[in-house]
Amino acid sequence: MIAVIHALWLRELKRYMRSRVQIVAALGQPVLYLLALGFGLGPVFQKAGEGNYIQFVAPGIIAMTVLFSSVFSGMGLLWDRQFGFLRETLVAPVPRIQIMFGRTLGAATVATCQGMLVAVIAFLAGFRVSSPVALLAGIGVVLLIALLFSALGTAVGSALENMQGFQIVMNFVVMPLFFLSGALFPLTNLPLAMNIATRLDPFAYGVDALRTVLIGVTHFGLALDLAVLFVGTVILLWIGSRLFARIQV
Amino acid sequence: MGEVLSAMIVVVIEVQNLVKRFSTFTAVNDISFTVGKGEIFAFLGPNGAGKSTTIKMLTTLLRPDSGSLRIDGIDLATDPNEVRKRFGIVFQDPSLDGELTAEENMDIHGVFYHVPTKIRVERTSELLKLFGLWEKRKDIVKMFSGGMKRRLEIARAFLHTPKVLFLDEPTLGLDPQTRNQLWTLVKQINETDQVTVFLTTHYMDEADKVAQRIAIIDGGKIAAQGTSQELQAQTGKTSLEEAYLALTGSSIRDESANTSADQLKQMAKLWGGNRR
Ligand SMILES: Nc1ncnc2c1ncn2[C@@H]1O[C@H](COP(=O)(O)OP(=O)(O)O)[C@@H](O)[C@H]1O
Ligand SMILES: [Mg+2]
Repeated sequence: MIAVIHALWLRELKRYMRSRVQIVAALGQPVLYLLALGFGLGPVFQKAGEGNYIQFVAPGIIAMTVLFSSVFSGMGLLWDRQFGFLRETLVAPVPRIQIMFGRTLGAATVATCQGMLVAVIAFLAGFRVSSPVALLAGIGVVLLIALLFSALGTAVGSALENMQGFQIVMNFVVMPLFFLSGALFPLTNLPLAMNIATRLDPFAYGVDALRTVLIGVTHFGLALDLAVLFVGTVILLWIGSRLFARIQV
Repeated sequence: MGEVLSAMIVVVIEVQNLVKRFSTFTAVNDISFTVGKGEIFAFLGPNGAGKSTTIKMLTTLLRPDSGSLRIDGIDLATDPNEVRKRFGIVFQDPSLDGELTAEENMDIHGVFYHVPTKIRVERTSELLKLFGLWEKRKDIVKMFSGGMKRRLEIARAFLHTPKVLFLDEPTLGLDPQTRNQLWTLVKQINETDQVTVFLTTHYMDEADKVAQRIAIIDGGKIAAQGTSQELQAQTGKTSLEEAYLALTGSSIRDESANTSADQLKQMAKLWGGNRR
């Protein structure tokens, strides 16, 4: 059991390490957000009495990187369908949940690496965490966020038949998850509708957890954040393995 | 274990009234057959006859619309994973991970099929040498030529020893040397390990040479089945090729209709991405 999960995890990692160009390309967007928003909105944020915007937004941008990278790696399933390796996986005498778990762990590890690269860039841009312990806790939270959204990616990848669905998922699932999460703005004093929407967004809890451990500012409270991340991951893994078992090629 | 058909033969593959439709088109139309333990059985038929669709259902990749499928006595609908433990397959279409090396593709297969590490390493080196890929074992597969990829697909299928081996047009695009090696290997595992082999091809000579029993399939239906001799006797011909033409010749129109449907599907694939 461990062997299969390990092999699938390692496969994702090897594919990641061998796509240097993609690693760098995927850093472009978060770096742009970090610098443009960080320095562009910084003065307004400061004037509004909210403090240093780089400090505030860096955890949000790190979480965003992890969100995008997780969903993207999870949906790598669609590439396997396109190039045929999915067939080899589907006939393997391995319980579907192990396949889902191996893939999800791999995608989550890849996303965590991407998130840590952005954290280094944020550090260079002036972002500082309160202590080394905060940093370790941050990596733990990043991994949880990565697990949840990799599981989402693999589940969605199992449900779709081709790459055409990918843009739809990005625009109508992933972007709303991101913009409603409070990654870019504080969740306080929002209009009612927006307030409800943010509470229904699982990614909001991920952003909040990361901000809590990195800079000590919380909105929902860490316990609720972690509970949502954990329960969400379990549910999505389960749904994912059901969807995976139904794939026909 | 499969039930006893006659005094000696144990049924390993049992297909009853199998039907598969793609929207309104019936690709496999109510076929039934059995394959005995240790037998080499060939599906012979033109393009679009329904060979691959049947293999996909037998290997749990597609669900039938109706009919029942059993391998080694186990119903595919109720316990697919138990069935997966019992077969190996060479797909007609590519199924390698192009981003991994040849060796890594072998390794991951070995892990999927619980081949002990020591045996996996030994078998991998034997098979990669046999199929002329040993020097390329550390190379990324997407850089391989079409023939090399095909050879790797075949080598991989022999890494574990299944009870049933499915080969879907395994020799398509292979050079004569590799064809020869493949059939030698197939006969060898068939004789020494009693592996049951189910293969599809549209090459008469291959079917004639390796298969003990042949079913001729056309337009989703089995036109005839038996040994090569039986098929020849049945049609009053003196070669398998003539018998085949006698059995499928009447439906040349259907055949070309299927072929154009195939072409349409190819076009749709090209323009519309990856369709089921
Ligand atoms: N996923 C699919 N969707 C629609 N039609 C299909 C699909 N797969 C196969 N077919 C059609 O079913 C018929 C049988 O195909 P197939 O089993 O691949 O033939 P063979 O392997 O004998 O050449 C063909 O006409 C093919 O176009
Ligand atoms: Mg075929």
